[in-house]
Amino acid sequence: MYELLKDIFGNDIIAYIIGAALPLFVFILPFALFAVYLERKISAFMQDRLGPMRTGPYGLLQTIADILKLIQKEDITASETDKKFFNLAPYLVFAGSYAAFAAIPFSGMYIGSNVDVGIFFIVAISSLVVAGLLMAGWASNNKYSLLGAMRSAAQIISYEIPTVLIILTIVMVTGTLSLEKISQMQTAYFWNWMIFGGAGWGLTKFLLFPFMVVAFIIFYISSLAEVNRTPFDIPEAESELVAGYHTEYSGMKFAMFFLSEYANMFAVSAIAVTLFLGGYQSPFGYLGNTLGISWLIPIEQLFWFTSKGIFFVTIQMWLRWTLPRLRVDQLMAVCWKYLIPYAFVNLIIVGIITLL
Amino acid sequence: MKQYFKNTWEGLYTVFVGMIITFKHLFVPSVTIQYPSVKVPLPERVRNRLYVNMDDCIGCDQCARACPVNCITIETVKSLPEEDLGKTSNGKKKALWVTKFDIDIAKCCYCQLCVFPCPTECIYMTDVYEFAEFERNNLIFNFATLTADEAEEKIINYEKMMAEKEAQKAAAAKAKAEAAAKTKKEDNSTEKNNGKEKDSE
Repeated sequence: MYELLKDIFGNDIIAYIIGAALPLFVFILPFALFAVYLERKISAFMQDRLGPMRTGPYGLLQTIADILKLIQKEDITASETDKKFFNLAPYLVFAGSYAAFAAIPFSGMYIGSNVDVGIFFIVAISSLVVAGLLMAGWASNNKYSLLGAMRSAAQIISYEIPTVLIILTIVMVTGTLSLEKISQMQTAYFWNWMIFGGAGWGLTKFLLFPFMVVAFIIFYISSLAEVNRTPFDIPEAESELVAGYHTEYSGMKFAMFFLSEYANMFAVSAIAVTLFLGGYQSPFGYLGNTLGISWLIPIEQLFWFTSKGIFFVTIQMWLRWTLPRLRVDQLMAVCWKYLIPYAFVNLIIVGIITLL
Repeated sequence: MKQYFKNTWEGLYTVFVGMIITFKHLFVPSVTIQYPSVKVPLPERVRNRLYVNMDDCIGCDQCARACPVNCITIETVKSLPEEDLGKTSNGKKKALWVTKFDIDIAKCCYCQLCVFPCPTECIYMTDVYEFAEFERNNLIFNFATLTADEAEEKIINYEKMMAEKEAQKAAAAKAKAEAAAKTKKEDNSTEKNNGKEKDSE
């Protein structure tokens, strides 16, 4: 990708800047617009409503109108806030969730940064989000914001543990931290995906299969909690905390939080897809291979990657409009009493199987 | 330990049960009615905005008297004898010019009491309920078909007629009085005689 951009612009720096901005403008913004619309429609249909219907055909332009409104809105900064951090926090949160996109392989052709420690980088950089949320909550000088931020920090840090344990089981099986390599291992057909025990037809594949399913469920639950989605949305529990850490934000800064929430939703889905469901690999071979058109393959890969990602984002929404919010103690119980022990047992069993 | 696995199983199982329910609801037709473009059919005897069919109104003022909140104001002028105002649909002869027929819908309590006394059934409740206004004055509906000029003309006509009548009456009275005076003088002598006669009786 960079070689292509470098050829076009003849300059390293411009090529890097464009390569870095590409996922934002080509992917995250349109995705956020689409996902907000999708969420409103799904929630409406699940509650036997219609959702947005007035703006454009079937309300398709609703989110664009919302964004235009947010851009026009006055940027209010309350007088008692800690202005420096108050203004910095939304950008930090967004930077944290955007940085995760750097190591996500969208297709064989496009991966922001093909680092060997890809999944580790994502886990590490996602922690920046916690710092940003705490900063927002503290700088707002509002008890609800602070409560929300504290809850969010507690939740994200707790749920990082089962997430990382599951990532560790995958890393044990694949033997690499690079998301690109993990994706390449799951090529060809869908039975080569990690959730079905990975490539090869040995005994280990059949032994691994049930534990990979358990691992996937645990990973999905804990990743839901990491992006503060219902049923784990106590940081922004509307009925208790107004809106949690973004109570005091308005206009574009609020939009930044919103954008980062949706970017995060896709990021965790993308990681789940990459680790368990073949990443950008097609489930049944490529059209480009059969037709002999090599440039079609990366486009197909992008299609498979985004559609898998959006499928899991849809399931997140489905869960959101199904389940009520967990209480704080229930939240901690789910994490420490259920997910972590299961993840540990899973890790040990998978370790033994891989040793075989 | 058994309880622990049971909890785990129940946690997952109930989530799936809930998800199936919400998934079924995805395909349940929506109950939303998109109001301004789609409207709920109203019952047959709804009571909403009043309407007056001025072709049938005879200006009898009965509706205004029946109104418990005095939201109907009617002013009428008698027509000239040579003017023909036509007949109402149920055959009543119209005799009055209705110069003013205002209904202040802001005051109206939709009790329908004005509808029953109307002899020609010209005032009735319609099913129009979307008539919100920014100014309260805009809620006063003028039903009178005469323009202000016409109304004034009718009033002047009537006054002229009355004045003429008055003049005629006065003239007639004067003539009568004069005639009476004349006869009185003539009668005076006879009356005296009569009186005497009466006295004698």
